[in-house]
Amino acid sequence: MVSIWRNLKAAWSSRVASEFADLSSPIKEKPVPSDIDIVDELIKEFLNESRENLDRLDTNLVELEKSPGDQELLADIFRTIHSIKGTTGFFGFHRLESLAHAGENLLARVRDGDLLLNPAITTILLETVDAIREMLATIETTGSDGETDYSSLIARIASLQETQPPPESTCAVQPEPPAKKGRRKPSSRTKPVAKLPQSSASQAQTCEPGSAEPKTAPTLEKRSAEIPHESGEADSAIRVDVPLLDRLMDLMGELVLTRNQIIQMVAGQQDSALLAASQRLNLVTSEMRETVMKTRLQPIQNVLGRFPRLVRDLALACGKRVRIETYGQDTELDRTLLEAIRDPLTHAVRNAVDHGIEAPDVRAAAGKPPEGCVTLRAQHEGGFVHIEISDDGRGIDPDAIRRKAIERGFITSDQADRMRPEDLVQLVFEAGFSTAEKVTNISGRGVGMDVVKAKIGSIGGSVDLHSILGQGATLRMKIPLTLAIIPALIVQSARLRFAIPQVHLLELLRLEYEGAQHAIEMVHGVPVYRLRGDLLPLVFLRRELHQSDEGVRYAKNGYPWFADSLTITVLQVEGRQFGLVVDEVHDCEEIVVKPLGRHLKGIPAFAGATVMGDGGVALILDITGLAQGAQLFDEPRTSAVRSTSNTTVDENAGHTQKQELLLFLTANNRRTAVALNHIERLEEFHASQFERAGLKLVVQYRGELLPIVNLSEQTDLIRESGRDSSVQVLVCRHKGEPLGVVVDQILDVVEEPVCMEERWKDTLSAGSAVIQERVTDFVELETMLNSANGQGPFAYRFEDGEIAP
Amino acid sequence: MNTEKQYCTFFVKDLLCGIEVAHVEEIVSESCVSQAPLAAGTVAGLVNRRGAIVTAIHMGRQLGLPDDDKPRSLTTIFVRSRDETLGLVVDAIGDVLSVRLQDFEPPPASLQGVAREIIIGAYKLPERLLLPLNLHKIT
Repeated sequence: MVSIWRNLKAAWSSRVASEFADLSSPIKEKPVPSDIDIVDELIKEFLNESRENLDRLDTNLVELEKSPGDQELLADIFRTIHSIKGTTGFFGFHRLESLAHAGENLLARVRDGDLLLNPAITTILLETVDAIREMLATIETTGSDGETDYSSLIARIASLQETQPPPESTCAVQPEPPAKKGRRKPSSRTKPVAKLPQSSASQAQTCEPGSAEPKTAPTLEKRSAEIPHESGEADSAIRVDVPLLDRLMDLMGELVLTRNQIIQMVAGQQDSALLAASQRLNLVTSEMRETVMKTRLQPIQNVLGRFPRLVRDLALACGKRVRIETYGQDTELDRTLLEAIRDPLTHAVRNAVDHGIEAPDVRAAAGKPPEGCVTLRAQHEGGFVHIEISDDGRGIDPDAIRRKAIERGFITSDQADRMRPEDLVQLVFEAGFSTAEKVTNISGRGVGMDVVKAKIGSIGGSVDLHSILGQGATLRMKIPLTLAIIPALIVQSARLRFAIPQVHLLELLRLEYEGAQHAIEMVHGVPVYRLRGDLLPLVFLRRELHQSDEGVRYAKNGYPWFADSLTITVLQVEGRQFGLVVDEVHDCEEIVVKPLGRHLKGIPAFAGATVMGDGGVALILDITGLAQGAQLFDEPRTSAVRSTSNTTVDENAGHTQKQELLLFLTANNRRTAVALNHIERLEEFHASQFERAGLKLVVQYRGELLPIVNLSEQTDLIRESGRDSSVQVLVCRHKGEPLGVVVDQILDVVEEPVCMEERWKDTLSAGSAVIQERVTDFVELETMLNSANGQGPFAYRFEDGEIAP
Repeated sequence: MNTEKQYCTFFVKDLLCGIEVAHVEEIVSESCVSQAPLAAGTVAGLVNRRGAIVTAIHMGRQLGLPDDDKPRSLTTIFVRSRDETLGLVVDAIGDVLSVRLQDFEPPPASLQGVAREIIIGAYKLPERLLLPLNLHKIT
């Protein structure tokens, strides 16, 4: 507020002769100032500052309610309202002025000890703040303070001043109380106060502007006298347009590039002065870059500051007693992110008050203090900002969630039985889920936590919910510091560089060529790598980006895309992991994210682009888009398949069964498992025993025809094994029908719980699992039987085979 | 009424094309174009223009001209198109020419395909034809 006052003073002195007369005269309509530009500028500044001040008012008023004796606070509140009133009077916004004036009068009575602050007064003062805020918004859009009639509000303010008799004195027109030590208090202010109780409500409104006007001049003088008092603080901050900062950021990037070029050029030079200068340039540029990046950060207080007011209002509305505690308000966050978390945070706080905290009597019955507490905590940790919203309320009842989830059809009761209470709680993030017993106007409409999660997810953050029944719930958000500059791993693929945002990166694996040959196993054409016992599906960046396979060597088992070594970046997205195979890994860098133009915007694999140190451009990979493009995640529910223990595995990701399995190798070295209970015996047939019945391959066996299935698709078993050799066949029986399965080698019979991952399911195998630390395909007899009967997917393979000469 | 227009001219293969000078922001003779996989064929790649990342358009392909493998020039004209800066990668830069409006003629009906969208018509210069392009049709 101070700087505007200084500007006002300047504008003031420039036309003091004409304007002063206007202001001090009782004329209601002030002529439009001649210098429109200056005034526009001043109004803009006034709006900005007022908005901040109003936000502070919210907090301060709530604070004041708790400690009504705090004179400092009261004085601060008074000053803010007073300067809003003064400035609006100067600009000729009389409606606004009269409202502020009414509020000021009420405050003055409180300050002077004529009135005791009670919830009714606080509420109406807060309402006044809201009304002023509304009017400011109107001024911003229309340039005038609008037509909204606030007379009833003003009347209510006035009536409050009457209804509560002053504690010590009943005299409304009492002499001005002795001035508090050093507090400035123009005598004119008490005048309308004294007048008001006598005038009716409607009079109050009409008389206000007139009575306020003469005061403006002295007010200004008073304010200018105050300036030295606050100027030190005000001078340390100025307002800068955000586009200007963005531009600065762009130029900074450019400077960094130029610096890099100069350093490269200078590297071979002998001139020591030149070297020293370039070294300085290097240091200064680095430091400047950091500083410029900091200009985009704002303290999280800008968002958290609203919550005391919100909590107060909500608590009143729900008939609860709630206090709010905030920690780490100074934690800084990029301003765009700050904007993005405003709504989710508000929602979470609403939830905590409305659903979390119990009514005072319930709390007392549970042995808790009647006043509930919502705690907000923000802190930096590992390049992220962690925000925690916790309450000491009733917590979330897993049983209620369970009932609701089943009722709404999110899960079946079978599924519910297998879920841990912690997992049940996470269901509140599902769209359309709400456990509020009754729908209130505050929350409970079922659009809640899913929106919070989506919103936080959209800025690259994550949300997590913990609850202890009866003790409260905690919502944790993890938010990146900034979207504009992110840490990223630079990788190379076919001579192009790409950036992988580090949020997704778990680890890097590098396999030398010899190891790489065997490291990749196939699940029917889908490459996987075994990472500490779990199957890690692999995605090849070159293939996803349709790049050339120049310089690529092919592995023996048919899978292409090996360079000399194999570099896998293990990535995680939406709780699932996959390996992205790239050519090479460069450094981790902080990159400046730039948007893509219309030609590239629609490509899901890219999230943006960045300028590299050498001036080249690297595309930033959108890991989610890439994973979807590779069809890694087609299941609706997100859940990581982590099955090391084989105990708790999500229903949708696979199922755990304990069964007896026969493990064998097919002719093309696929490890395959089949349930042992279907197998009758192992037979050896001579190659010449194979005969053809139609398109089917059969063997005459114990008086019936045994259809034969060969699981090695590419191998013609007759040719491979040679005319004289014999072939091992598993004789199975499924639903009374016999079937022979050609095997190359019997490995083992195992009995172990198997976690089958059905995402590998295809026409041939029912799924895959790790058995004895090796990837193993499962076959089902039914499928094979169909195939053998010419209905299956691989029955036709025998058509081409030269079975009978 | 103004009877003249100024065009920044350039060559794409042997076509003389022109863009109104008002739309041209800058011409860079050797810009560094990074390829953009998965992008449409007409996208030559991305260019770093003093910190801003600009999509570079392969004008030959944009005009549907046969693509040859010989290294093309990296001369890039930065233009404003649909609220966005684009880089047009062309074969060579020509002069800035003033043309008379009466020399303009719409394209012949037999001009078909992608080029028809972009080529507004032809200015009959004494020696040859100048084809003015519609920047907003660049896709």
